[in-house]
Amino acid sequence: MPATPTPAPATLTTPPAISALGLRKSYGDKVVLDGIDLRIAEGSVFALLGPNGAGKTTTVEILSTLIRPDAGTAHVAGHDLERDPAGVRAAIGVTGQFAAVDQLLNAEENLLLMADLQHLPRRAGRRRAGDLLERFELTAAARKPVSTLSGGMRRKLDLAMTLVGDPRVIFLDEPTTGLDPRSRRTMWEIIRGLVTEQRVTVLLTTQYLEEADQLADRIAVLDRGRLVAEGTAGELKRLVPGGHIRLRFSCPGQLDTAAHHFGVATRDDDELTLRVPGDGGVETLRAVLDVLDGAGLRPESLTVHTPDLDDVFLTLTGAGRTPGAADPRKETTR
Amino acid sequence: MSSLAHAAADSMTMLRRNLTHALRYPAMTVSVVAMPVMMLLLFTYAFGGALGAGIGAAPGGDGAYIDYLAPGIILMTATAGSVATAVGVCVDMTEGIVNRFRTMSLSRAAFLTGHVAGSVVQTLIALALVIGVALAIGFRPDATAVEWLAAFGLLAFLALGLTWLSAGIGLVSRTPESASNTPLPLTFLPFLGSAVVPTDSMPTALRWFAEYQPFTPAVETLRGLLMGTPIGNSGYLALAWCAGLTAVGYLWSRSAFGRSAKR
Repeated sequence: MPATPTPAPATLTTPPAISALGLRKSYGDKVVLDGIDLRIAEGSVFALLGPNGAGKTTTVEILSTLIRPDAGTAHVAGHDLERDPAGVRAAIGVTGQFAAVDQLLNAEENLLLMADLQHLPRRAGRRRAGDLLERFELTAAARKPVSTLSGGMRRKLDLAMTLVGDPRVIFLDEPTTGLDPRSRRTMWEIIRGLVTEQRVTVLLTTQYLEEADQLADRIAVLDRGRLVAEGTAGELKRLVPGGHIRLRFSCPGQLDTAAHHFGVATRDDDELTLRVPGDGGVETLRAVLDVLDGAGLRPESLTVHTPDLDDVFLTLTGAGRTPGAADPRKETTR
Repeated sequence: MSSLAHAAADSMTMLRRNLTHALRYPAMTVSVVAMPVMMLLLFTYAFGGALGAGIGAAPGGDGAYIDYLAPGIILMTATAGSVATAVGVCVDMTEGIVNRFRTMSLSRAAFLTGHVAGSVVQTLIALALVIGVALAIGFRPDATAVEWLAAFGLLAFLALGLTWLSAGIGLVSRTPESASNTPLPLTFLPFLGSAVVPTDSMPTALRWFAEYQPFTPAVETLRGLLMGTPIGNSGYLALAWCAGLTAVGYLWSRSAFGRSAKR
């Protein structure tokens, strides 16, 4: 099923906060980015979704002036990346995959360091640091050495440091990778707050479909250096085959009976399995079990399959992933 | 603010950052002071009698061995202090913070300038401490205030050159461990010069090396300034070496910093 990249509609009058055309980058003979086009509307959250090695970080590194592309052009916040990198830097904030904080300073000193480097007057800098500590609930930890903070707190501090300069465009490279679920939710809340309260533009990269779903207005799927699809979360989900419950039986007779009772299910006579469409929720599961009980059937196994990022890739990149990769269809046995 | 004022302000911020590091984690500064002090004590008390007799210094009083040795040890302090920069630079490079700096609109040179300036300040403090210890155990220089000033100027210039070189080593080292080991030979170079004993007591090949390496004219100049021994053309040679080291170290560091972004 071919995925058609659609131009970002959002606001037609204002120029996009980020636009890129034909970005390419290779290291030696390894092509990391193979022609990337992006158009990200001002005030929106755009997610680059992809597995490790897809080129997400490289895209962020190029757009944040850390590395230069081999080919292609890009504008960030109205500044040409090649001709005016200083202008780009003045408008952006970057929070990378690994917390870029000064380990030898405490949280407050880290923020004041940023304030000094942004040339804020001393008093304004102190106020800004204090505000950010409070907003990110870091006040109690303000004077503790950063090396003693938890991963989640460090990530929050990292983002707070990025915000000292009041950036118009923020790059978040896998902002929640390695965080526990609770810290991840906190991070999501903060990111949502940024967009609704300050109307900044956010480009975030993630490996998690759920994260992109939760945060992004538009999602682009990156695979081996190419954008294979772009759209809203809803548009992408329609490309993914639905979840299902897979029942395996011990003999063809049972399979026949079950197929008769479930109706909509698809059967596989060689495998003696039946796939019942469903979202894997408790209600669906209960309904399936009720039907099985009613028919007096005892399947050998029952597995619930929920669509995940791998399904998106399977669908978008045609047949399976690179040869030799493990079976991407993860199933959870219940 | 003009861009030059921005660059200066950013460098000052980076300098403050590095001095805060040094204050909070003084282990590096302490080891930079402790090493030469140990050497000073070792060479004065353990080897001093034999070495002093060997070079014809009078035991105790005027012309004591410590008066020959102290300028050499002071020079070693400048060397040891400078090479510590490699570790600081490398630690920053291996952590994410340097990429944060790169994506901010701040003067590109500020990061390295801050490191180098911070290291020179630390080295000067270490020098003052080591000179204090030397004076306390019997070093009796006859230098005037102007000569002291010139001596500090020379040491600061030498420290500047070695620090830029060391910053370059820090930039190309992959781990802080290798950044700490690579410059070690530099700290031993003074031994292969006239820091501890005069070069004319050495075998021919070594003497030839000793006479043409940078630390010998530097230590001879220092000795001349502090003890009044003849300086000859050592002064010009020392300044030329310092200028050369600074220029090479600076250019190398700048290009290494530029290249490291594309890794």
